[in-house]
Amino acid sequence: MKQNPGLLSYGVYVPRRRLQRSAIHEANKWFAPGLRGLAKGEKAIANWDEDPITLAVEAGRNCIQGFDRSNIDALSLSSTTLPFADRSNAGVVKEAMNLEDQLSVSDRFGSLRAGTTALMDALRSSGTQLCLSADRRKAKVASPEEMNYGDASAAMLVGEGNVIAHYLGGHSTSIDFVDHFRSTNVEFDYAWEPRFARDEGYQKILGDTLKDSLSKLNIAGNDIAHAVIAVPVRGVPQKLAAVAGIPVEAVTDLLTSNIGNAGAAHPLLMLASALEGAKPGEKILLASFGQGADVLVFEATEHLAEVNSRQSVQKVSPVKDTNYSRYLFHRGLIDVEKGMRAELDEKQPGTSLARDRKTVLGLIGGKCPETGEIQFPKTELGYSGESRVSGAQEDYFFADRPAKVMSYTADVLTYSPDPPAYYGMIDFEGGGRMVAEFADIEEGEIDVGSDMRMVFRIKAFDEMRGFRKYFWKAMPIKSEGE
Amino acid sequence: MASGIKDKVAILGMGCARFGERWDCDADQLMLEAFEEAIEDSGIEVSQLDAAWLGVGFDAQNLGPSGIPAAIALRLPDIGVTKVENYCASGTESLRGAVYAVASGAADIALAMGVEKLKDTGYGGLPARSRGTRWDMIGVTGSAPGNFAQLGSAYRAKHGIEAQDVKRAMAHVSVKSHDNGSKNPKAHLRNKIDMDKALNAPMIAEPIGLFDCCGVSDGAACAIVTTPEIAKSLGKKDIVSIKAMQIVSSSGWELQSNEWDGSYFHTTRIAAKKAYEEAGVTKPSEQISLTEVHDCFSITELVTMEDLFISEEGQGWKDVLDGKFDSDGKVPCQIDGGLKCFGHPIGASGLRMVYENYLQLLGRAGERQRKEPPTLCLTHNLGGMPSQNVSSISIIGPLAN
Repeated sequence: MKQNPGLLSYGVYVPRRRLQRSAIHEANKWFAPGLRGLAKGEKAIANWDEDPITLAVEAGRNCIQGFDRSNIDALSLSSTTLPFADRSNAGVVKEAMNLEDQLSVSDRFGSLRAGTTALMDALRSSGTQLCLSADRRKAKVASPEEMNYGDASAAMLVGEGNVIAHYLGGHSTSIDFVDHFRSTNVEFDYAWEPRFARDEGYQKILGDTLKDSLSKLNIAGNDIAHAVIAVPVRGVPQKLAAVAGIPVEAVTDLLTSNIGNAGAAHPLLMLASALEGAKPGEKILLASFGQGADVLVFEATEHLAEVNSRQSVQKVSPVKDTNYSRYLFHRGLIDVEKGMRAELDEKQPGTSLARDRKTVLGLIGGKCPETGEIQFPKTELGYSGESRVSGAQEDYFFADRPAKVMSYTADVLTYSPDPPAYYGMIDFEGGGRMVAEFADIEEGEIDVGSDMRMVFRIKAFDEMRGFRKYFWKAMPIKSEGE
Repeated sequence: MASGIKDKVAILGMGCARFGERWDCDADQLMLEAFEEAIEDSGIEVSQLDAAWLGVGFDAQNLGPSGIPAAIALRLPDIGVTKVENYCASGTESLRGAVYAVASGAADIALAMGVEKLKDTGYGGLPARSRGTRWDMIGVTGSAPGNFAQLGSAYRAKHGIEAQDVKRAMAHVSVKSHDNGSKNPKAHLRNKIDMDKALNAPMIAEPIGLFDCCGVSDGAACAIVTTPEIAKSLGKKDIVSIKAMQIVSSSGWELQSNEWDGSYFHTTRIAAKKAYEEAGVTKPSEQISLTEVHDCFSITELVTMEDLFISEEGQGWKDVLDGKFDSDGKVPCQIDGGLKCFGHPIGASGLRMVYENYLQLLGRAGERQRKEPPTLCLTHNLGGMPSQNVSSISIIGPLAN
């Protein structure tokens, strides 16, 4: 149990491509003209090589900047779309973030509320805990969910000391209320009419939990400056705020117009957004819903400003996307003729992954203590061959080092789910290089000399055995949102 | 340095199958087609062969990892057949094995065979394949054109050349090779193209377009080698001998240090220096009469002319556009059409290049015969990709009296 628990930092990651809802409607209006009302704005879509693991890694890296990663005691990953049923998903994130082996990791799933429940548990536990949440949900073509769902991730670092927000307390209820569900190994949600969820779920269950929480914590509704009511349905948060005596002006933006409903990641994503706008002393309420409800209340401190200034430059610049067909392919909703080159067997031996765990998942290279040579990957003998002492290289962490493009191409011939395949040679600041695949490149964006940063992505799918291979790719550094 | 191979080994005979999409042939038939020509040229009996080498680039294609298929296809007389594999340098590697065996005295007469049956993959270009378990986790799964295309961006950035100038020089390389290939009855591609066609072709891997890529072909080529003394005793006249054979493999320096800039082939430069020293060449652009270089992609040929010290660094693109390497230029390159048009059956390519130089030296190249009699002729192969490769060079010429 922490003495004075709170949030130490936050981080978010929203994928670059923003699919225009009008493009979805244009393709599907022949079948579902009624969805026209939802055909406004855009939603963030993960690329083919992103999943909850890679999304969470980005939010996590973003969150722990400036913190000593060796101080983190536990990591949780909350999601309803985790890729592995038996292989710790959070464990993969831990490798990619180069966290200590002496770390407790847990996967949290089973409800859209998983992220807030994990956050609450972390606030109650001892030590420094990194809470990650990410979702990349699949929706049927021409469904309201297809319009609404977006992909994103969010992270909260929980601990004691110079917190950016004190935790004032929280309250939960658990009720098996089924307004929608998705069974194990089923791709899509099945949902009852929204009015049922609104009246019997949000209004009654979440409404009661809100009232009970404030009364239990002895906080007046009008003391809440930021009401983060993570029910991404237009008008609902305002109604719930009114029920709990919270001023309607305190209700924060749902982030649905340009990101969409990010599932289990949405509550922490909205909380991060609220923290960005909060001032010291202000109270922030976070509420989430999913077979019951969680409510947590925080109070911002003077340390928030430092984290905010760091976060403001971390955002990925969005790109408007109208390629609905590509989106469908990336979601596995249409099959395209990939050609014989796509038949390459991507079998991953467990043995070599175990040997090269740090190289592959952590982008750890080597530094020779004798010659100072820095290289990727780490090898027994350094690249110059000057030192013949084998196995002397020390671990060298490349993932957070910026790099520059030395050579590149845009390859139409090789199979890529997102052609052309961009790749090239990059040199890292401080030494070391690699030939890397590039991620999320727009035409004309890359040249020799371009500044890049490394991102953790899916390298390939082994469709025959249901495995996915992860590795690092380079993406262009953009300083500000466009 | 060791005393080298110069004039220690003579070529007794050579053969080359017709390259192309040989739907009706498998590797056995391609090998036999080349072998029968070489045996006839050499004037020996098959039973006189003491040893054989077989170069294949992709062991998954048809043959499997041994020399047995060559022994069976050619019904070799119970001799050792060694399969060698060194990416696109496999054919030259095969020749090196046979040449070294003869030079050592371990064999009197040896065969070097190279073959590749690529058109059983079902698609154009080289087969997508594994490069080993570690590479498959951290390497890029790019295509061959994609790997070599990176030269283009690094070359123009280093020398401050406009992208369109490099692209025009690349197009000239291909137009020239199509011209040459049109005169070669064994070539895979025998059509002529013009600059517009090359420049406006579909992009494959920026800046490489369709006509910047060589043909991927089925084919085989071989050489029978012996000592100059045995060649003379067999009645051979106008003996062609090996002047140099060098192979250099990347040690990881290009890909792992920050010293290489991506615009040239480190291995080729080293192999060229060693080969020139071995052959006694001091001014390559004056002394080398003909070159057959590894023009897997037009940009590779352009850069290679600098790496062979035939063009000044950063000036190769101008020499190309000035016609220096055309069939009537100062130092013709790919007078037989090159990989571009003769075709590129991986394991056969190095031997195909030597075959053309051999024909040119003996004045047997028909319509494409160089008028000024060549003296020293060079071949160059490059296997892998610019950042990690094996480069091989051979020089042959008339045996010194």
